[in-house]
Amino acid sequence: MLSVAAFIGLFRRDLHLAVRQGGDTGLVLGFFVLAVILFPFGVGPEPALMQRIGAGIVWVAALLAALLSLDRLFEADYQDGELDHLALSTLPLELAVLAKCAAHWVATGLPLAVISPFLALLVDLDPHVIGIVFSSLLIGTPALSLIGSVAAALALGARRQGVVLSILVLPLYVPPLIFGAGAAEASATDAGARAYLLILGGLSLAALALCPWASAAALRQALE
Amino acid sequence: MINWLANPARFMRLSAKTLPWCGWAAVTFLVVGLYWSLVVAPPDYQQGDTVRIMYVHVPAAWWALGVYLFVALASAVALVWRHPLAQVAAREAAPIGAAFTFVCLASGSLWGRPMWGTWWVWDARLTSMLILFFLYLGDIALANAFEDPSRGGRAGSVLALVGVVNLPIIKFSVDWWNTLHQPASVMRLGGSTIAFSMLAPLLVMATGFGLLFVALLMLRMRSALNERRAMALRLNAGGPQALRSEREQPVPARTAPQS
Repeated sequence: MLSVAAFIGLFRRDLHLAVRQGGDTGLVLGFFVLAVILFPFGVGPEPALMQRIGAGIVWVAALLAALLSLDRLFEADYQDGELDHLALSTLPLELAVLAKCAAHWVATGLPLAVISPFLALLVDLDPHVIGIVFSSLLIGTPALSLIGSVAAALALGARRQGVVLSILVLPLYVPPLIFGAGAAEASATDAGARAYLLILGGLSLAALALCPWASAAALRQALE
Repeated sequence: MINWLANPARFMRLSAKTLPWCGWAAVTFLVVGLYWSLVVAPPDYQQGDTVRIMYVHVPAAWWALGVYLFVALASAVALVWRHPLAQVAAREAAPIGAAFTFVCLASGSLWGRPMWGTWWVWDARLTSMLILFFLYLGDIALANAFEDPSRGGRAGSVLALVGVVNLPIIKFSVDWWNTLHQPASVMRLGGSTIAFSMLAPLLVMATGFGLLFVALLMLRMRSALNERRAMALRLNAGGPQALRSEREQPVPARTAPQS
């Protein structure tokens, strides 16, 4: 099973690079914390207001932090020719994209979800809502990594890559944001957050199924 | 047929003959349609004369979606069959579609203020149309973000195909969600529910918008193809440095002052 070994090898390589180079996780977490902390200064620290908008703040900050890390996903490999190697190898490009997205999620999305309870405390959320925010981020960040990989693959080698990435990713990130932040708001109702979390899981699974194909197609266009 | 249309020179000849007809037909339909909608058509029993914004808002919305479908189809043809003109058509149609979407959003906002009491509401139809606007802007930004225009064209094509999933969401958003925007009354199962005296000017305006799109598209494609020919001529004449703008040309060395 050469493909499985190649998949795991690529995953571990990307993970090692993310950990050793270090900057990426720190940048993402730092931005996340900063963005959440700035909101109480901006809208006033009144607890009732914070409880209304806290989950949305955490989700938007997580989204923006995830956006920051996207350009690192393929750019380094594109510059030094590793991407050409991957395109020519026996491992299908879709699986290579999946391995890189998995490593990206472990290095950025997972830490975002893990520290979100602490940030949710800063915005005065109730304990059970904090739990919902944590699970929604855990379920939703894979979708953010996968959808972001499509945008990163499209913007490979572009001038002003940050601007292009932001414009590309904004319409595509809105569905996970709606259901992720909506889950916390729905947990206050009788119906609970279950439906929102299930739909969010559906979005992540759909992204898992579709995004590697879209990203691989975009990478092939970039490598021509 | 697609291969027959792939020859740029043939397209230039064809469009040189068709563009004036298309343009004048568009103007005629729009002028007749506007007179019919603004003066002749009856006011709505509930909304009065404000309903006349519909005759601009609805055709703009239809064609915003239609142009995106065109961009997606042309992008698919360009990616799959490497059709040269399809790529040009897709990239040149995107700004026209973005303009139609903007007209739809702006006219809808102006209509919403007297009717709903608000300039904007985050319901399903309006939100998904705003997303369509950003998809258009993203396509335009992406296609222009690369040094190599063909790379930009390919990236824009992939993005257009990725965004096509938004189209059924827009169309069915008023059925799937309980929204403020009214449900479909023209293109629905069971036939349209709109009175013929209003449907007729609406269809005339829609045809006018469509002819306008075709005329503008041909105009933009002709100028894009001419731009490419000009660039090729400059390359042939002066080599790669001829492509740099005047400002980037190396400054001739000034003689040093005699000391």
